[in-house]
Amino acid sequence: MATTRNSKKQRSAAATNGDKPHVPQVSPEQLLELYRKMVLVRYFEEACQTAFRQGKVGGYLHVYIGQEAIATGLLATIQPDDRVITAYRDHAHVLLLGSDPKAVMAELYGKGTGLVKGKGGSMHLFDVEHKFWGGYGIVGGHIPLGVGMAYAQRYLPDNTGITQLYLGDGAIHNGAFHEGANLAGLWGREGLNPCLFVLENNQYGMGTSIERATANTDLISKFDSYAIPRESVDGMDIEAVYEAAVRLTERVRETGSPFALEAMTYRIAPHGAADFLEKYRSKDEVREARKRDPIGLTETKLLDRDIVSEDEITKIRQEYQQLAADAVKFAEESPEPPLEELLTDVYAEPEAVG
Amino acid sequence: MPVITYREAIKSAMAEEMERDDRVVVMGEDIGLYGGTHLVTDGLLDRFGPKRVMDTPIAEGGFTGAAIGMAMAGMRPIVEMMTWNFSFQAADQIIQNAAKIRYFSGGQASVPLVIRGPNGGGVQLSAQHTHSLEGFYGHFPGLKVVAPATPYDAHGMMIEAIRDPDPVLILEAGALYGTKGDVPEEEYTVPFGKSRIAREGTDITLIGYGRQVNLLLKTAEKLASNEGVDAEVIDLRSIRPFDTETIVDSVKKTNRAVVIEEQWRWFSVASEVAAHLQEHAFDYLDAPVERVSGAEVPAPYARNLEIAAFPGEDDIIDAVNRVLYRRS
Repeated sequence: MATTRNSKKQRSAAATNGDKPHVPQVSPEQLLELYRKMVLVRYFEEACQTAFRQGKVGGYLHVYIGQEAIATGLLATIQPDDRVITAYRDHAHVLLLGSDPKAVMAELYGKGTGLVKGKGGSMHLFDVEHKFWGGYGIVGGHIPLGVGMAYAQRYLPDNTGITQLYLGDGAIHNGAFHEGANLAGLWGREGLNPCLFVLENNQYGMGTSIERATANTDLISKFDSYAIPRESVDGMDIEAVYEAAVRLTERVRETGSPFALEAMTYRIAPHGAADFLEKYRSKDEVREARKRDPIGLTETKLLDRDIVSEDEITKIRQEYQQLAADAVKFAEESPEPPLEELLTDVYAEPEAVG
Repeated sequence: MPVITYREAIKSAMAEEMERDDRVVVMGEDIGLYGGTHLVTDGLLDRFGPKRVMDTPIAEGGFTGAAIGMAMAGMRPIVEMMTWNFSFQAADQIIQNAAKIRYFSGGQASVPLVIRGPNGGGVQLSAQHTHSLEGFYGHFPGLKVVAPATPYDAHGMMIEAIRDPDPVLILEAGALYGTKGDVPEEEYTVPFGKSRIAREGTDITLIGYGRQVNLLLKTAEKLASNEGVDAEVIDLRSIRPFDTETIVDSVKKTNRAVVIEEQWRWFSVASEVAAHLQEHAFDYLDAPVERVSGAEVPAPYARNLEIAAFPGEDDIIDAVNRVLYRRS
């Protein structure tokens, strides 16, 4: 794992340079736990990339490297009736909700032990037992679904859940976003839409930067049109994300009305694993972004506050490196889906095909 | 048995299910206060309130997608397409989400959703407001597509659709909303995947669905009185799942078939029916299966052109005569 961390010397220099002292609202134990989850995601995603390059994972592959703090902070607030839905950069969300990394990796390998039995692959992870409702491959297409799920959470009796609806910055130009957000605002006025929109703003819709895609580059302001309140957060700072998540999930749960949180981030990895030329951005830009790698920033905090030692960091990294390796081993050794699976799950009853 | 209109048959089915099951809601454009542009939902808002009878903005993709989410989350939404012509706006939701979610979730999620509305032409609505989409939606695995022709079937299929665990598209015959028929008061459903023999006959099998069934029945009477031809008329009712057995059994008896449809011939339901017959009844056919379809043009406006664009009685009689080798 290549992360950038400032040396202790640089860190103390920064601390004495008039930076505002940060008052952490996240306990040391919580911060360590959040860190561990981000490391889990990072090593898992690196293992996915390796497997893709080896030709063992087919189709498309979109990893979350660089964006870990967002889903990690937000999904740490999940409650029993909640639902989570996102697009195709979905490995992190399902892992953070508690899916077995082995089943997730096996899905990417197209194995019968996969999370969705080898029927969906990387873009269509589902684990409804762990509140994860997909996993969608068409940019923007899942947004109205999340709004509908949120309606159900206040329509159906005895439900205090909310929906965390993730979308990338690329989706915000799509009609499905505008139609879905409009309904969320409309239904939210009656307390019938506890939907927390999470705009993962990694600044590129595939290879097209925001300023090449819209004249109004203040993306989160697009929610204003639908009377959905909003704010932005540093998506590289796990504490900031977590604090916003605690506050906003509570607000959405209580009001039954939507809220939009923009998490500013950067996709350190390419868009898809096959996006190796990256003609649309410079190496310097990526190098600069790596300085704010969310995992590196968190390690700095953990060390600065003497929550963990360098040795403990190394141990944690090894632990999750091993976990990813175990997932790969499981996936490689798993059998392919039985051919009978081809025709099942089209309809509830098995016989209705033509 | 009460005689009610096709329109009332659909409405009463929805109302009965809404009474029975709180999870059932109806949503669409101007279905509440306005009562629905075809009055199919008229009165439901007063009975069930705005949480269950939802007027939506004119944004088919958005509200159809939201209904899919509601269905996944345990509700039983019924979406009204003001007309199926507008469903192209929602095609991404219907095809990419509703049809596929059960499959790509490995069976973890289901979409018990009904989408209903008027389909087909005949009232000079011209190019963008005239489509018959059975073939289009019937193409996609994961969807169920039905096209009832009678008030009895419209009522029974509506209830069947609401209780179905998968997405069902009901392509109503818009031109038939005012037609009347018997609908029993006691609860019943019409199962999918089963065609209906609308008229028994021995000489030739006429196959259609939707408003063409009435045209076929009328034409069959004419054939009987003027030409001495005893035609069997089959109402397909269910496009997907499809009932091969009933049409094959009929052709084994009559040895001849004409398939009629309002939609375009290329890649259409009639083409599919003809293929099924040659696969399963080849040895019984005494003539090639004839297809009578809409003209291969966007629907025209002028009344005479519109009439010419859709199958009529003469087109059917011509086809029947060709199949019977009576005249060219």
